[in-house]
Amino acid sequence: MSGVRMSGKEKALWYVAAVAIVVYALFPVAWIFSLSLKPASELTDNRFLPTDVTWENYRLIVSGDAADLFLPALRNSIGITLIATAIAVVMATLTAYAVSRLDFPGKKVLLTTALAVAIFPVISIVTPLFNMWRAIGLYDTWPGLIIPYLSITLPLAIWTLSAFFREIPWDMEQAAQVDGATTWQAFRKVIVPLAVPGVFTTAIIAFFIAWNDFVFGISLTSTDASRPVPAALAFFTGASQFEEPTGATSAAAVVVTIPVVVIVLVFQRRIVAGLTNGAVKG
Amino acid sequence: MSAVREERASVDPRPASTGQRPERRAGRRAPLTDRARGERNLGWLLCAPAFLVMIGVVAWPMLLALYDSLFSYRLTAPDDRAFVGLQNYVTILTDPLWWRAFATTGYITVITVAVELVLGFALAMVMHKAIRTVRPVLRTAILIPYAIITVVSAFAWFYAFNLTGGFVNQWLPFVGDDFNWFAQRGSSLAVIMLSEIWKTTPFISLLLLAGLAQVPEDLQEAARVDGATFRERLFRVTIPNMKAAIMVALLFRTLDAVRIFDNVFIMTAGTNGTETLAFLAYRQTIQRQEVGLGSAISVLLFLLVVLIAVLFVKVFKVDLSQQRGGK
Repeated sequence: MSGVRMSGKEKALWYVAAVAIVVYALFPVAWIFSLSLKPASELTDNRFLPTDVTWENYRLIVSGDAADLFLPALRNSIGITLIATAIAVVMATLTAYAVSRLDFPGKKVLLTTALAVAIFPVISIVTPLFNMWRAIGLYDTWPGLIIPYLSITLPLAIWTLSAFFREIPWDMEQAAQVDGATTWQAFRKVIVPLAVPGVFTTAIIAFFIAWNDFVFGISLTSTDASRPVPAALAFFTGASQFEEPTGATSAAAVVVTIPVVVIVLVFQRRIVAGLTNGAVKG
Repeated sequence: MSAVREERASVDPRPASTGQRPERRAGRRAPLTDRARGERNLGWLLCAPAFLVMIGVVAWPMLLALYDSLFSYRLTAPDDRAFVGLQNYVTILTDPLWWRAFATTGYITVITVAVELVLGFALAMVMHKAIRTVRPVLRTAILIPYAIITVVSAFAWFYAFNLTGGFVNQWLPFVGDDFNWFAQRGSSLAVIMLSEIWKTTPFISLLLLAGLAQVPEDLQEAARVDGATFRERLFRVTIPNMKAAIMVALLFRTLDAVRIFDNVFIMTAGTNGTETLAFLAYRQTIQRQEVGLGSAISVLLFLLVVLIAVLFVKVFKVDLSQQRGGK
């Protein structure tokens, strides 16, 4: 892409810009990490970096005062998010397969529905869901969050996967059958390896969306039976009424950011492909 | 899963390519062949779970909200529930509280989307031009704000600007050390928008990057040979050739910005005139348990989103059937 000849000065300029982007992206993360390493006495010193590094804040959320709030929330977040992601990806895989491979009326209705749900203001269904869940006993339970999480992850999963599946050379399945493979062998040996990367990428993006949720988490839960981490972060309190829970909150924020950073580091190329695949075909 | 696969296999021994069956579509009245019917039924069967979930969890509750919005109904006094027609809507639309939240939401939406578009474009340009070795680094860096939890971003920016412990006042030369950012509307909104912009610009820039990749390189080269300046190439070649990408990015970010909630909740809880429409809906239902009023606000917010989407599609001719969206 950068095949055009660039002067040294121009090159230097692009490097400066690149460094600026990295700083832009990492700066707030570095700050919250730095906060989480500060001892209580330094949390109010208005400095960016800690002078004495301590793990005390992490002890607080793992075995200290804040553990009762954080550990159940972490368990809820991981459990609810993974289950919702798995269900959404299975449903989206079936749907995307049908959309990209089969011919049937109603395809357009389906894709339009997915699009409408994607742009839907989630807060609008919080009120009725709040009522319904209380009436049928789903309020403050895992399924009570998993079900609404499907509504935010499914549309994107369907669109992303349909775009991936459209690129698969399905004819190869027939070719394999001609060469003597059974239908099942052809599917497993030819199609599955081609489809898995798309399914996997979709799962990552769906995971991010569910992991990020705050609206449902704060509205449809009331105890640590199902409250996820983003909602729990809003409930942290300091050791006394006059002390802000900055240290514990920062440490908890860092802990829930770690999986995100790891996934991004390992799969950055795939995530970008997933986010932009089929996004721009104007 | 395997049952479905077997079923697919049983109806599937059919000729290769998928795109070559116009006769079936044209002959809608003609009786379907067994295979076509099987394919149709399988298609519906595979799509049914996702479709039913989307309808059941979004459309059905929305209808319930519409119904509830016609009642005066507080959870704390369920026996006083009474049908009031459109009274809730009248109450809301004549209340300055709604209009203030409306203005705040509009203000946040316009500014964040405008800044994000410009900033996102700049980021996309840098990524597009970056040397191959630098590109994965940039991609990784930019994905971190995208993937980070919004609440975490809100806390990071809140603590940075917070009077107790924040470093921003010490770093900014033109701001006094004792300036409280969260004591008045303007500066509170500025920090809220900063967090929102930081977190969501990467998504815009990735969409724009995909658009940039579709601008024909030889057009750029031709313009360069003809002596066009960087500016001319940008406005005459690059931008016109990626209009579709820009419009889609604009539409999805606008609809996303209208529902801003997390940052407001964490930083100000809607105080000092920072309440947005989504926060107002939340406060009425969950905190005040005014189900009737809360539902009416939800319906109005939904109508607002529909209106914006329709405007985009009609006025800017965004072709959504080719696109997909999300955050």
